[in-house]
Amino acid sequence: MLDFMPFRKKGLILLLFGIVLLLGGCDQMAVFDPKGPVAESQRDLIVYSLFFMAGIILVVYVAFTIIIIKYRDHPKRKENSYKPNFHGSKTIEAIWTIIPILIVTALSIPTVTTLFDLEKPPETTAAKEQKEPLVIYATSADWKWFFSYPEQDIETVNYLHIPTDRPIEFRLSSTASMAALWIPRLGGQKYNMAGMETILYLQADEPGIYDGRNSNFNGEGFAEQTFKVHAESADKFGQWVRDKQTNAPKLTQEQYDKLLKPGLTDRHTFSSTHLDWVNHGTHKGMDYDIIRHWKEYETLLHLEVGNIDESIEEHIEN
Amino acid sequence: MKLDEFFVTGEPLIYGGMVAIVLVTSAIIFLLTYFKKWKWLWREWLTTVDHKKIGIMYILSALAMLFRGGMDALMMRTQLAVPDLNFLSAQHYDEIFTTHGTVMIIFMAMPFLIGLMNIVVPLQIGARDFAFPFVNALSFWSFFFGALLFNVSFVIGGSPDAGWTSYTPLSGAALSPGPGQNFYLMGLQLAGIGTLATGINLMVTILKMRAPGMKMFKMPIFTWSSLITCFIIIFAFPILTVALALLTIDRIFGSQFFTLTGEGLPMMWANLFWMWGHPEVYIVVLPAFGIFSEVIATFAHKRIFGYSAMVWSIIIIAGLSFLVWVHHFFTMGAGAFVNSVFSVSTMLIAVPTGVKIFNWLGTLHKSKIEFSTAMLWALSFIPSFVIGGVTGVMLGMAAADYQFHNSYFLVAHFHYVLIAGTVFACFAGLTYWYPKMFGHKLNERLGKWSFWLFLIGFHVCFLPQYFIGLDGMPRRIFHIGPEWFTLNFLSTIGAFGMGIGFAIFVYNIYYSFRYSKRETTGDAWGGRTLEWATPTPVPPYNFATLPEVNNIDAFMEMKEKGETTFDEKKLQPIHMPSNSGKPFIMMAILFFASFALVFEWITLAAIGLAGGLIMMIIRSFDYDEGYHFSVNEIKQIEQSRRGLDHE
Repeated sequence: MLDFMPFRKKGLILLLFGIVLLLGGCDQMAVFDPKGPVAESQRDLIVYSLFFMAGIILVVYVAFTIIIIKYRDHPKRKENSYKPNFHGSKTIEAIWTIIPILIVTALSIPTVTTLFDLEKPPETTAAKEQKEPLVIYATSADWKWFFSYPEQDIETVNYLHIPTDRPIEFRLSSTASMAALWIPRLGGQKYNMAGMETILYLQADEPGIYDGRNSNFNGEGFAEQTFKVHAESADKFGQWVRDKQTNAPKLTQEQYDKLLKPGLTDRHTFSSTHLDWVNHGTHKGMDYDIIRHWKEYETLLHLEVGNIDESIEEHIEN
Repeated sequence: MKLDEFFVTGEPLIYGGMVAIVLVTSAIIFLLTYFKKWKWLWREWLTTVDHKKIGIMYILSALAMLFRGGMDALMMRTQLAVPDLNFLSAQHYDEIFTTHGTVMIIFMAMPFLIGLMNIVVPLQIGARDFAFPFVNALSFWSFFFGALLFNVSFVIGGSPDAGWTSYTPLSGAALSPGPGQNFYLMGLQLAGIGTLATGINLMVTILKMRAPGMKMFKMPIFTWSSLITCFIIIFAFPILTVALALLTIDRIFGSQFFTLTGEGLPMMWANLFWMWGHPEVYIVVLPAFGIFSEVIATFAHKRIFGYSAMVWSIIIIAGLSFLVWVHHFFTMGAGAFVNSVFSVSTMLIAVPTGVKIFNWLGTLHKSKIEFSTAMLWALSFIPSFVIGGVTGVMLGMAAADYQFHNSYFLVAHFHYVLIAGTVFACFAGLTYWYPKMFGHKLNERLGKWSFWLFLIGFHVCFLPQYFIGLDGMPRRIFHIGPEWFTLNFLSTIGAFGMGIGFAIFVYNIYYSFRYSKRETTGDAWGGRTLEWATPTPVPPYNFATLPEVNNIDAFMEMKEKGETTFDEKKLQPIHMPSNSGKPFIMMAILFFASFALVFEWITLAAIGLAGGLIMMIIRSFDYDEGYHFSVNEIKQIEQSRRGLDHE
């Protein structure tokens, strides 16, 4: 059965070529381009695991290729290389049971330590002393983000400003459907759920604008539930805070309820937060949205690529 | 309710689908009438309790569902091929990925494998049918009508759109009003009855009806994997049944198990779903492992390597499958300790799986490999599945999973395990057992074309998705930005390659039916296990006389000793179950009851449910004792099918 061998070789070469090409572009890939200590520790863990995975793949592929070629049914083969009843060897079976156990152990240890580290605010790298985390309530609604800064008494919709070199303590919750806050360059995600609060620590070391989004499907407007993270120095962040505190309007409950309605909306900034009347992360705040907007959840946005911008406008007018 | 609310309106693609459905249905009705085949259809198929025919119906339905799920996939890949394409709207895209996932897992992978188990397991263990043939027919019709109900949503009422996982609160009455989610709940519930019944039925069959001498550790590996799968079904499916029932009561009768209001616990759904859902993954992958073991041993012309290690690996994987469900939502914030425990238990699954991979390589070592189409599917499984496996371990590392979760990295991973594992196995198994089922082989040349197109298409489609995922592309978004264009476009090309491969596979069924040489021996490939000891076509009673089994490769032993399953001295009349239309009728009634419940027509649903109960009562007073094949009839059948007429 020689006829398919050239195919296989070509395929393998193409595959290897493709992988090299793709790995060449790794630096640009979000997860491999961390801008803060959380994403960095996760990147390191992934790279560490990749060595093991590459090793496993290499061993299996080499063994597989050799066996397939050597033991194919071929007229020139020696009769004594065919042993139809050879069916076990305790030593080799023990080896290929123990080695995977060792690999799993080697992967488990850094996984567990990283898991426990991620539950604490990251240690500040640039500054001399450890800074207190900045608390931001990140609330997901259908299909927008509310970011409340209780200490600064500011609330933003669909965009986020954070200081660099300071841990951010996100307190995640949702007004209705489950979402997940994910800023790949700053670190992994966690769920936003109605009626309960989850805590996610992230931190940016480099100033810049990063993509953030809801990564957990939650209905028609899901793809548009994105936001930009503006990471800037503590000074600039302070300026931005003072500017918004003086110039942005106050958020009224009536306006908040309107913004909550399922649909898309533009960026907004307010000099007060919705935490004054509801915290969706508590059991009490769990049904706040749904009892107000039951009817609105029944209608579709008829969202398609062509009308996303219009949908945003329309919602503001309402 | 108005007519335009009942039918799905406003989507040109769905109008096209409606026209196609009407045309195909009329064509089928016309052909059946023209060739006067209605009676044949009823007598030979709709009322049959023969495990081989039921298996064939399972596989045909699964192929139809593979077509449907595949069309969904191609539509999604078309929409994502180019940035900001306006081929599907957000809502339509959501419906399509929901039905793609549900159809592929519940109505394609499982029935395909259960179909193969139906045909092969009784033959492999030397049984004359399932332990409960009537229940087996009931199982099939429950799956069939469940699938029908789910697919009807495409044109009537609207498809579900909350993902195949149907997470609450999104899938609850408040956020997903209308009949769409009800179709999901009732379709799965109806099909679930059959799956659970098959689990029990097949388990009893394997435990109680093996040929004399076949001890547990002499069973073929495929039978072993089927047995363990049955255990998983029996322990996992009740969880799904309860979860579906609770959500149905929530949606239709206004209770508050998973709601945002009252004392609802929406996140409990995710737990219940994955306590079933993770074992479910092993329900569709363990039989696949069994198929590969059979195919590899046959075409390597060698005994399976490390038989008892293979069996124990399956048992350990099955046990672990119940201890890892939290890894589907590491990001729910259960805390470092919980995530650590589930991380380690998840990664541990790699150990028995790795053992199996090396045992397959061990089987190939010092063998004589024959590259038939079935073998190509089985061989290509090894390198393909390993990629899916190692990325699975990476996903199991919870701290890293925070970056992988909900991204295309995850999408690539589970397609690598489910396609390279389950789908390759379905193709391998169907090609391998095809001559036993239909009396002729599938054409090898076409088979190899379809194999290479599908294999290359598969890697081109899913390998890039790992990298798009690492670049932060989440799953389930309905349009892409320009930054993800290149790899997505590549992925779409691969998807169409797989589509062409599948089309050739289906064409091959037709081509081989017309032109393939008919089998005469019953042992098409030089098989090692008992199914190849039967003549082809297999007589209704399978085995005229049962062999004494002393060896794992029972048929190899028989061939050496010159024995057959037709020992004239030992012939005795064989007791057979009668055909029955009751399973079909009962499930048809429950189909209408479920349909009524989907639209919340409570009176009609109650009438339908009563109808189902009445059918059960009628069945309880059914005193049909079946019939017998006399010794003479058996002799006649065996002599003609074994080509012994002229002696």
